[in-house]
Amino acid sequence: MIRIALRMLVGDRLKYLGLVAGLAFATLLITQQGSIFAGFTRRSGSWIRDTAQADLWIMDPQVEFTEDRKAMLDSALLKVRGVEGIEWAVPLYKSYVQARLQDGTRVVVRMIGLDDATLTGGPPIMEEGSLELLKQDRAILVDARDVDDGLRLRRGMDDEGPRELRVGDRIDLNEHETVVVGTFRRTREFFWDPVVYTTYTRALRMAPPERKSLGYVLARVKSGHDPREVARRVEETTRLRADTSEDYENRSMDFILAKTGILPNFGITIALGFVIGVLISGQLLYNFILENQRAFAAMKAMGASNMLLLRMVFAQVLFAAFIGFGIGVGVTAVVGLLLHDSKLAFHMAWQVPVFGGIAILVCCLIAAAISIRRVMRLEPAVVFKG
Amino acid sequence: MTTTAQRIAVSCRGVTKTFGEGENAVHALRGVDLEVLLGQMTMLVGPSGCGKTTLISVIAGILNRSAGECTVLGEDTSSLPDRQRAAWRGRNVGFVFQALNLVPTLTAAENVAIPLLILGVDYKSALQRAAVMLERVGLGGRIKSLPAQLSGGQQQRIAIARALVHEPRLLVCDEPTSALDHETGHKVMQLLREVASREDRALIVVTHDSRIFSFADRIAHMDDGHVERIETPSRA
Repeated sequence: MIRIALRMLVGDRLKYLGLVAGLAFATLLITQQGSIFAGFTRRSGSWIRDTAQADLWIMDPQVEFTEDRKAMLDSALLKVRGVEGIEWAVPLYKSYVQARLQDGTRVVVRMIGLDDATLTGGPPIMEEGSLELLKQDRAILVDARDVDDGLRLRRGMDDEGPRELRVGDRIDLNEHETVVVGTFRRTREFFWDPVVYTTYTRALRMAPPERKSLGYVLARVKSGHDPREVARRVEETTRLRADTSEDYENRSMDFILAKTGILPNFGITIALGFVIGVLISGQLLYNFILENQRAFAAMKAMGASNMLLLRMVFAQVLFAAFIGFGIGVGVTAVVGLLLHDSKLAFHMAWQVPVFGGIAILVCCLIAAAISIRRVMRLEPAVVFKG
Repeated sequence: MTTTAQRIAVSCRGVTKTFGEGENAVHALRGVDLEVLLGQMTMLVGPSGCGKTTLISVIAGILNRSAGECTVLGEDTSSLPDRQRAAWRGRNVGFVFQALNLVPTLTAAENVAIPLLILGVDYKSALQRAAVMLERVGLGGRIKSLPAQLSGGQQQRIAIARALVHEPRLLVCDEPTSALDHETGHKVMQLLREVASREDRALIVVTHDSRIFSFADRIAHMDDGHVERIETPSRA
């Protein structure tokens, strides 16, 4: 009878397509918004993941997320180096500074200063030039995506119109002249300001003078030591915060979620998708049952038990849910693939289709529950009414 | 030699059925006495609202009677739990409904196969048996047709094939010719006699249509919830 139930469903083309389209649309809304939400949350940790050489991030205890600058005394570096289990530790500078391009365009950039000797903490992929070029006088590296976006020469030079920033161009950072020696690629971040890399000492020279200037200490844990245990020792010894990369990423993400309200914003859209799914599938399924109630009553008269009819309705609902979910999640994945290199924060984590599938299943079960009541209450005697 | 007692398919004594309670009570059956014999076609006739449909619903185990006794194929179905009663109907009763109740999105063969599928026969075997049954009612070439692609008479044949495919011992037909013209109605009744009539099967036909009375072995005239009289028409 399950096959008959599915034939009944698929045979009514218009209703079937409507039901599948409704469920596919609801799936699309839920999984697409879910993926964008996952993309945004993932982007909040991009810089930490890109800085893959370090096991531990040591910072001021009041730092809440990656852009929260609460600098430490330089002596913190030496204290960290002295903790048992630390293989090496290097300083990292990070701060927002004013930048002025050659044509007079002014922007705010995030300046990251790397340890002069090792250049640890640099960008993950170099596109033009090399990281070593940072050792040249006044050298900086810029993001290849920013050269025609955040660092574009919008005002234009005297002898040419607006153009992208190029290797060899000069940028004044906080009134200090620098030269672009290369470009890099990094993972897109939640924050949008252009990023420039330079050396730690040069960064300090260009930054406004402060008593405390050390943003982070990046540290590697000796092999055989548990990073979390070493982090605990660092915190005990230095009174600073020490996070593993994973912990710092999660903490940044939690803070951004809490402060920006993107969770309820996306949650509302996802909930809307769920409600639309329930309404559309419930309405169409109810109509389908209504139109077929004489057939169901006839089957009851012919000996079908309520349990058999329940199984038939559930089979119809689950089949429609499976097809609708498949189409919806497929469209979401294709859209994500097509927009892979765009600014759209899209990340289809495995939890997204799982959550989407459960949501659509619940949608359909609610819709089925509404319709099934009608089938259960059907009196087979109605079949004798003309 | 078979005695009359052995040939009784349905035996109703003082059967009443009341819908609602108190002032709103409707007495649809007011003490029906009726016997239906195996191997015969018994027609229930009478004006609208006289209780014909209620009586076949009670006999077929779809409705419970309010009082009286009713044994169908040796079983008092009112004593069975709902699920067992549904299973009993599935095994023993075939239905031809006035509105046919064919599923429009299923083929003729699939519609006919439904009673077998309800009994748990696998899909392939059920379709094979349905095709044989459709052959018997003259629709062997239309097994894949949808009901909407067939005439009213052909749809009625599908309904008859569906009622018979699982070899029930009791066939209940509710106004089988009401939506058909005289000639088609006549053919349908002929088909019922040819295909459905068997020594071990009883047919009950509810009808208003006096033109088909001649097909009956016995005619029970009903009025106001009673069986008024039973006659045996002389058949040419």
